[in-house]
Amino acid sequence: MINLKDIVQKLDLKVVTGNIDREVSAGYSSDLLSDVIANAQKDNIWITLQIHVNIVAVANLQELAGIILVNGRQPEEATLKKAEQENIPILLTELSTFEIVGKLYELGIHGNRR
Amino acid sequence: MDDTRTTTKIQELTYELKVEDVISKDIATVSSKLPVSLLRDILYKKRISGVPVVNDGKLVGIVSIEDFIKCLEQGEMDALIEDKMTKKIKTLYADEPLVHAVMKFEKYGFGRFPVISRKDKKLVGIITKSDIIKGILKKLETAYHDEEERRYRASHIFNDIIADEVFLKFQYYVEGKNFDRAGEAATGLKKTLYRLGLSPEIVRRASISTYEAEINIVAYTDGGEIIAYIDPHQIKIIITDKGPGIPDVKKALEPGFSTAPGWVKELGFGAGMGLPNIKKFSDKMTLRSTVEKGTHLEIIIKLSDYRNGE
Repeated sequence: MINLKDIVQKLDLKVVTGNIDREVSAGYSSDLLSDVIANAQKDNIWITLQIHVNIVAVANLQELAGIILVNGRQPEEATLKKAEQENIPILLTELSTFEIVGKLYELGIHGNRR
Repeated sequence: MDDTRTTTKIQELTYELKVEDVISKDIATVSSKLPVSLLRDILYKKRISGVPVVNDGKLVGIVSIEDFIKCLEQGEMDALIEDKMTKKIKTLYADEPLVHAVMKFEKYGFGRFPVISRKDKKLVGIITKSDIIKGILKKLETAYHDEEERRYRASHIFNDIIADEVFLKFQYYVEGKNFDRAGEAATGLKKTLYRLGLSPEIVRRASISTYEAEINIVAYTDGGEIIAYIDPHQIKIIITDKGPGIPDVKKALEPGFSTAPGWVKELGFGAGMGLPNIKKFSDKMTLRSTVEKGTHLEIIIKLSDYRNGE
């Protein structure tokens, strides 16, 4: 387990909402919401380029530790509002999915064990 | 929360929290051999009103903005800090309960206390009144969340109601084509199930299944409804809509098969995983559909571990 706060600091992520003082178990990256629902696990950090409000619902249902939006993409207004309401951390990076996942891996965030 | 309870809770917290839980550890220090004039930069840049004086890790005094102003008035900017600082200082141990800090602030009226470790007497941080307030607020926030969850626990309901059979029914209406609201039913059901005291695993499976079904209503129909029936043994979720219906149910159940239009796919839906996911997360799934009439989906999740009566 690694604290999300440390990840934010080390990878210079921009926190737009949510309490980042929580543990991250592993990571999952996908832009298909049903895929995330099927394969992500509790306390995962999720890396995606989707920015619409339903990412919050998915993160909430799966009890994910947070969502990293890649390529400098900004969350939609509704997404932000919902995330605030549900206390889901939304983090931004200028990096692409490939790069940020690489950096997360270096920090010791791996995939879910099967 | 009424006033008396808040007071007691805060008092309780000052006993529960330790000084080290709230102190600022990343602090500026100065050496006693420096001239007072150097304080200007430190106090100004860090926006602090006092700074501990440390020689070789050992705390020898504390110098405040008042000391600095006095020197400024008397033209003594070249004086050494050691001659102007307060030497007889009151300190707190890092492992003392926070209430000791509160009492010392009241007793001495100082703006800050250096905090030292009991073991080697080295300076570990500094505590101000605002550190105490922040620390307590943070703790209160955590306590409030716990309390909120407890208050909503309705798990006793099955025990309190006297009947041969008890069903709880929760109904949600889902708007078609509106992805901004998609997921509200599932999220609502999730919270409700938690309040009933169901296990996280059960809640997760039920809410994920409901979410996928809800997305189907939003993506393919003009609206529908979700009804969850809960009894002590199972959760039965019935999802219905009024069309357009699924022409080939068998095909729809194949992973990866999707008829989703482009705009739905762009949002990250329509991967052909919805119904397979529901199947995966539920104990039983029954799908009936008539083209132009509508679709009826029944999901069952068994509550073998329902904590009834515990």
